[in-house]
Amino acid sequence: MSEANTQALARYKNNFLKEVEERVEDGQWVKMCMQCGVCAGSCPFGPHWEHSPQKIFMMIRAGKREEVLTSDSMWMCTSCYNCIVRCPRKLPITHIMHGLANYANRLGLVPKGQPTRDIAVLFWKNVVKNGRVNEMTFSLAMYFRDGLGQGIKNAMAMKDIGLGLMKAKRLNPMEIFGGHTCKDKSGLQRMIAKAREIEDKRRGLA
Amino acid sequence: MTASIATNPTILVVGGGIAGMTAALEAAECGKQVILAEKSPTLGGRTSMLYRYFPKMCHPTCGLEINLKRIRGNPNVRVMTMTEVAAVSGTRGDYTVTLKIKPRYVNENCTACGDCGKAVTTEVPNTFNYGLDKVKAAYLPHAMAYPQRYVIDPSIVGTADGEAAKAACKYGAVDLAMQEQTVELKVGSIVWATGWRPYDANRIQPYGYDRYQNVITSVEFERLCDPRGPTGGKILRPSDGKEAKNIAFIQCAGSRDENHLRHCSRICCMATLKQTMYVREIDPTAKSTVYYIDIRVIDRLEDFYQDVQKDPNVSFVKSKVARIALNEANGNPILHGVNTEGYHRYANEHDLVVLAIGMEPEVAGVKLPDDIILDSSKFIEGSKSAGMFGAGSAASPLDVNRAVQSATAAALRAVQVIHKTASTEAA
Repeated sequence: MSEANTQALARYKNNFLKEVEERVEDGQWVKMCMQCGVCAGSCPFGPHWEHSPQKIFMMIRAGKREEVLTSDSMWMCTSCYNCIVRCPRKLPITHIMHGLANYANRLGLVPKGQPTRDIAVLFWKNVVKNGRVNEMTFSLAMYFRDGLGQGIKNAMAMKDIGLGLMKAKRLNPMEIFGGHTCKDKSGLQRMIAKAREIEDKRRGLA
Repeated sequence: MTASIATNPTILVVGGGIAGMTAALEAAECGKQVILAEKSPTLGGRTSMLYRYFPKMCHPTCGLEINLKRIRGNPNVRVMTMTEVAAVSGTRGDYTVTLKIKPRYVNENCTACGDCGKAVTTEVPNTFNYGLDKVKAAYLPHAMAYPQRYVIDPSIVGTADGEAAKAACKYGAVDLAMQEQTVELKVGSIVWATGWRPYDANRIQPYGYDRYQNVITSVEFERLCDPRGPTGGKILRPSDGKEAKNIAFIQCAGSRDENHLRHCSRICCMATLKQTMYVREIDPTAKSTVYYIDIRVIDRLEDFYQDVQKDPNVSFVKSKVARIALNEANGNPILHGVNTEGYHRYANEHDLVVLAIGMEPEVAGVKLPDDIILDSSKFIEGSKSAGMFGAGSAASPLDVNRAVQSATAAALRAVQVIHKTASTEAA
């Protein structure tokens, strides 16, 4: 168990709703849900995830911490915003889903190999490194995340698209050697570190 | 010694529905002079358009008859139909109101014999049936209309049809030269009983009221069930005129929704439960399904809900329907959503969908003075000058019973304004 998770458990004991309200982006909206179910019915991914948004909100209120934070539900959100548009209480459901995903990641509770999380982490590391998304290293890291053999298979399957992109000068193969960076890369990294520090303090995670 | 501050002892009641009639009568029966102004050609308002009332399932004709008898017998009430309030100025005890009276094109000689209606060929949408059918352009608004006098639609004035109506009248009652009149009056207090209207169902985009013929509103359903309505009391669905056997009722259609009406319209749950009783009575084999967030039966009417729950033909699904799709083959609406009791996803096909539409304050033909204080849903809370009051569903979403209570309270406040004395004013 991660240190952050132990600390959160000690701090909030059985009050998971309070934990969500204080630590999850837009978490204070969870208690406004009136369980009408319109978000669940409106979600295009509806049948494919474990718990629908209104169910997740009820689970939060019922204190089902482990089930919520380890579920795949919030990772399935595609940000189509259909639920926000139709919610009769105007809950920012999409944002809460992303907030929950982020928080679960922070506590290290996401099931191993969760693909949305893995890709999000790869993307984040990639963009923070140079201040630019390096498409070469990012796609290679994605292809090879399941091992060498699978990586080669993935790369082979995508080679036509890759070659097409190179031909159209949308992908530069030389980027593989580090790639270009933004101006003042270390300044950017310091900014991000500071932002994280402020955010952590605000959410009581520091 | 006290002196009345009301320079004019007359009370104006705006709106001749159940609340306006009640407020006017209560004040008049206290001995006050009352003017009852109604914008349509008849008293009765939306109450007269109901098939039956809950909880006793009695017909509105009964209550209307009693009130109309009281009005006819009371010289203190002056009824003005086709009249709108154009402007209000002044202050408590001393308001000046400008009334605009639209021409009816039929004078008091009318005996409601109906000959003009027979002579006319033009038809206009029947507002009494929410436009579900048409009436002749010379018509009696409805069987209980008061005054019991025909109306000529302005669209046929100056046409051959208008002249035909005039020629058909044996009593010289048709007067096509009638003009709009403007009248100025002094009144001491004003009761705004301007009523409600159904929320515009076209705006609830996922339910497709604008696209699917077999999605209708609860007020339209009320007319379908009425034996005097457009279908003679049969529940015939609009697309193909087939009898509906499997009807869905969607609660909170527009109500309790930040995207539409913020408030709970209060009456819709009881109205739907009542309408499931119509369904059972009209066709004992037909099924009703109620989709709800939670059932809010107002006041002490829980037993009514329990009775409906016992009916094997009525089922309840705890879910706000997410969207409606259409089965192109048979015109059936398909309801999509998640039943929150167990989180079961459904795609249920019904042959008719009734939206239990929310109530919002009527705005057509209503021009409230700036002095009026409105709540966040635009219902009347009161007035800054404290001499004007809201009554009935202009003040809050109310059923008939509670609208009458609200109107009686408003009448009392209006009478108090007339009675108010200089000494209490100083204090």
